[in-house]
Amino acid sequence: MNIKGRYLAPAAATAVAGLVLAGCSSSGEPTTSDTASSSGDVMAGCEDYAAYGTFDSGTVEVYTTITGVELGQLEDTFTDFQKCTGVTVNVVSSDQFETEINIRISGGNPPDLAIIPQPGLLQTVVGTGSVVAAPASVEANVDQFWSADWKKYGTVGQTFYAAPLMASVKGWIWYSPTEFAANGYTVPTTWDELMTLTQTMADNGGTGDNYKPWCIGFESGTATGWPGTDWIEDIVLRESGTDVYDSWVAGDTKFSSPEIKSAFEKFGAVALNPDYVNGGLGGVSSIVDTSFQEAGLPILDGSCSLHHQASFYEAQWPEGTTVAPDGDVWAFLTPPMNEGDPAAVTGGGEFVAAFNDNPQTAAVQTFMSSDLWANIRVSEGGVISANKGLDPTNASSAIGQEAIKILQDDSTVFRFDGSDLMPSAVGASAFWTEITNYVQGKDLDTVLADIDAAWPQ
Amino acid sequence: MTAPVMTDQLASPKKTKAAEAKENLTSKWATAAAIIIAALWTIPTIGLFMTSLVPGDLYRTESWWNVALDGKLTFENFGYVLFSSFGDSSSAPPLLGNLINAIVVTVPTTVFPLVIGLMAAYAFAWIPFRGSNFLFVFIFALQVVPLQLALIPLLKILGPQGIGIAGQFPGVWVAHTIFAMPLAVFLLHNFIAQIPSDIIEASRVDGASHTQIFFRIIIPLSLPALASLAIFQFLWVWNDLLVSAVFGSIKTYTLTYPISNLAGNYGATAYLVPAAAFVSMVIPLIVFFSLQRYFVRGLLAGSTKG
Amino acid sequence: MAGFHEGWQALPQSGLDAQFWSTQGSNLLLAAVAIVAFIAVVALVMFGADLVKGRIRDKVQLVALITPVLLLLAIGLVYPAIDTVWLSFTEIVKQPDPVTGINTEVTNFVGLSNYTYAFTDPTMLRTIINTVVWIILVPLLSTGVGLAYAVFIDRAKGEKTLKSLVFMPMAISFVGASVIWGSIMYDYNETGSQTGMLNAVLGVFGIGPINFLATEPWNTFFLIVILTWIQTGFAMVIISAAIKGVPPEINEAASLDGANAWQRFWSITIPSIRGTLVVVLTTITIATLKVYDIVRTLTQGRYNTDVVANKMYVLSFVEQREPLGAALAVILFIFVIPVVIYNVRSLQKVKETR
Repeated sequence: MNIKGRYLAPAAATAVAGLVLAGCSSSGEPTTSDTASSSGDVMAGCEDYAAYGTFDSGTVEVYTTITGVELGQLEDTFTDFQKCTGVTVNVVSSDQFETEINIRISGGNPPDLAIIPQPGLLQTVVGTGSVVAAPASVEANVDQFWSADWKKYGTVGQTFYAAPLMASVKGWIWYSPTEFAANGYTVPTTWDELMTLTQTMADNGGTGDNYKPWCIGFESGTATGWPGTDWIEDIVLRESGTDVYDSWVAGDTKFSSPEIKSAFEKFGAVALNPDYVNGGLGGVSSIVDTSFQEAGLPILDGSCSLHHQASFYEAQWPEGTTVAPDGDVWAFLTPPMNEGDPAAVTGGGEFVAAFNDNPQTAAVQTFMSSDLWANIRVSEGGVISANKGLDPTNASSAIGQEAIKILQDDSTVFRFDGSDLMPSAVGASAFWTEITNYVQGKDLDTVLADIDAAWPQ
Repeated sequence: MTAPVMTDQLASPKKTKAAEAKENLTSKWATAAAIIIAALWTIPTIGLFMTSLVPGDLYRTESWWNVALDGKLTFENFGYVLFSSFGDSSSAPPLLGNLINAIVVTVPTTVFPLVIGLMAAYAFAWIPFRGSNFLFVFIFALQVVPLQLALIPLLKILGPQGIGIAGQFPGVWVAHTIFAMPLAVFLLHNFIAQIPSDIIEASRVDGASHTQIFFRIIIPLSLPALASLAIFQFLWVWNDLLVSAVFGSIKTYTLTYPISNLAGNYGATAYLVPAAAFVSMVIPLIVFFSLQRYFVRGLLAGSTKG
Repeated sequence: MAGFHEGWQALPQSGLDAQFWSTQGSNLLLAAVAIVAFIAVVALVMFGADLVKGRIRDKVQLVALITPVLLLLAIGLVYPAIDTVWLSFTEIVKQPDPVTGINTEVTNFVGLSNYTYAFTDPTMLRTIINTVVWIILVPLLSTGVGLAYAVFIDRAKGEKTLKSLVFMPMAISFVGASVIWGSIMYDYNETGSQTGMLNAVLGVFGIGPINFLATEPWNTFFLIVILTWIQTGFAMVIISAAIKGVPPEINEAASLDGANAWQRFWSITIPSIRGTLVVVLTTITIATLKVYDIVRTLTQGRYNTDVVANKMYVLSFVEQREPLGAALAVILFIFVIPVVIYNVRSLQKVKETR
């Protein structure tokens, strides 16, 4: 934890300020009322946490979709916090989160905190009336460490509910720098260049079996199809700009409108062209059955050259693969439509919502919105955050550092993953199924009409 | 063509021999067919076992037989599954803890519905009262209510706004007991109704009360049926995910919960699912082996009449 | 969509410390105490009811016998069922508050419009047809194979082992079964070597590969195979027990009369176990109606494989269209009415004959 000393000062200051405000604004008692030890007599190693107060008891349940290795890493971020504050943090994770959270809320048994993976779901959950507005301490942290856009994603109506947690940058196109160098390919700077490159690659062929320039995989269990929605979102944002993108995710621009249809066609020009897909995996029809985890791997044996997937795809490369600008694999961002267009990226992230205003809950929620938490978590590896208090060098990988820089760059036009913002009937259902049908040959106009039909009235 | 006399004399023994031969023949075919069915039914499970030995870095790209030919099969996945912490929480115990939770959940939820169900089954089968048939059919029909629809109303009753036992073992027990009720009543009723009426009527004539009949006749006679149903109830609860997820908490989650989490969330730990699924099969199979002999004596659904 | 991971690398280790064992020990103790207490309460109530004197005793005991089940069902199933029926005739309009984002919900009665939708929308109609195929094939196949197998292995050498082999799938959860069939048996790669066992075998004979779950209309059948694989063990053990209950004398007598094995099977075994067959078919039919996990895990209803139970789950819990989901639940219920009627009839026959 080399970061501790460095980030102590701002974090503690904010947190103290925040908690004082929280004490005034919420009906809960001031958090220090339970204090076991008098202030100024802080346990050794707990200087960073003094601001969160100490408690004799209290368990906070944090409910999340995160499983596996990342779950362990998430829990480890609370080790010192628990020791210093006396609050027990129970992280409970479920792959059925989206279903169970609704059942638990309706049944009157919600968790204390939930890490909600999509703003659209946050909206639904807030709609039930069971989420409490974020305490002032959390809002203060968010105002300090996050951009207004990110705060907006945690806001429903005009009320700020949930602070962002981790983030990812989507729209990377993975490639092999070695292969590019050997064939004299250069990283394209516009969409047209990307298409020209694709044609050149198709003409040249590659070293692997069944070479095609692109490899794509949609399969992801109950979420099959989401990698396709990422393509559409990237193209809409770059081709039609932020206004159309925003009105599209809000439901005002229909899927059947020319802008969105054009994005599908641009994607289809790649995904439906048997000369362009699906390197090492088969024909167009193999897209749906290839799991997204496996889909990029043919790059390694030269069966394909390009793979569109988020920054977290880094974890899929087998051990021993060098991920570097001059290594086995690296990634460039999906290029803009025209030279000189502003750098626009899509991305994802999670939001921490509270279901009660217990002082313990507020303390954990405040901690999770701090730069201290972000630095601890990012140092553990595998993820990044859009928290401006984050030191990019803490990121475990080169691609992670790139992604943090993009997120922290004020000139970047950032838009949240569109399907995550849409109502779940579209964003977590119809959009996924219909783009899957599209690559299987369903007529585009029907596809678009069917998605529009699923939009709740 | 031969003399009729001879035929008549030899007919009977010859026929028997022919029948015997035929029986032997059919039993040979029967054995062959049985072996084929057994093989077909076992191959997928063998596939599961072999796949559970494939190391994680090869899981997505290699078939188990190729991995076996390369000599790379390993038991390390079982080590992870039993002693590592994953799936629900690393501050929670590893899968071994979920295994014990599964026992704590499953055993009482096998006993409760069987006892309550047997009581009701006896009443419906042998105590004439107005509305008896209607009630029984109604309970039978309740089997069709999809579990999912019953979750929220029941959670309101068991949760913090109600009696506050959701998230603890008693909450899970109550939920499972309720959902098991219709099938338990239906199956046990079908068994009890087959008990010869003279036995029960004789006791009634002797002045035995329903309580006495229940304890002295019904329970002893139903033991085999109870044992059979116990196996199925045990299996259903053991393999349930939905009820355990909704009414339980991190303190009570059974095996299916972490296993399902292994498969979910982008499948990073999906390679552990075969090993975990295999571990979760062990105890149900032990239960089956130890109760199997009751199947021979027990006629879960009654037999000769229908 | 959150999801960042380290791949398959080492997972955190967790110690089995004293606290672990004391918690688990006390949980086991709790279960044991609960069982003992439960049985004690039941015994106390029943014997308490036995102390009542006079004519009222029978009534008190009847009440003691059936109250627990009626109470539990009223709370847990009857109320939700009524609620569902009501919900299926409504629509819910949600209007978020501009400041807080909290919805005000207005429930409107819309009559049969949810049902009209369910029976006119082509994908819904396909879903209903698929469900009918499931509830015909799964019970027939599981019971048929289970019956054949039970007959074949009856009194065979190693009967117990043979039974266990077919029973084994019952011990596998739906998650496990989906993994087995989805990624071990049916897995399909358009090019390269096959990792799915079935395609690998077909490859040896120079056939395929076949994309089992995408090939209409056979994919529904391939999904049905999975549930059949699980349910056959259930049918087999129950039918086997019933067969052993057929008095051997009847068979011997028939044998002496010259009936061959096939004739004895049809004229003695089948009529003797008819009651059991009905129960097995009924139970499996109802189980089949409710299974959504297999479709949800393997195809999510794509390639025209959806079934009503899965559609209901998605509508109610993923898409938040609860009234439509409720209508599907009621349709499921209607599907089972013929089964209920049939069982009521055979129930009445049993009561008349005794």
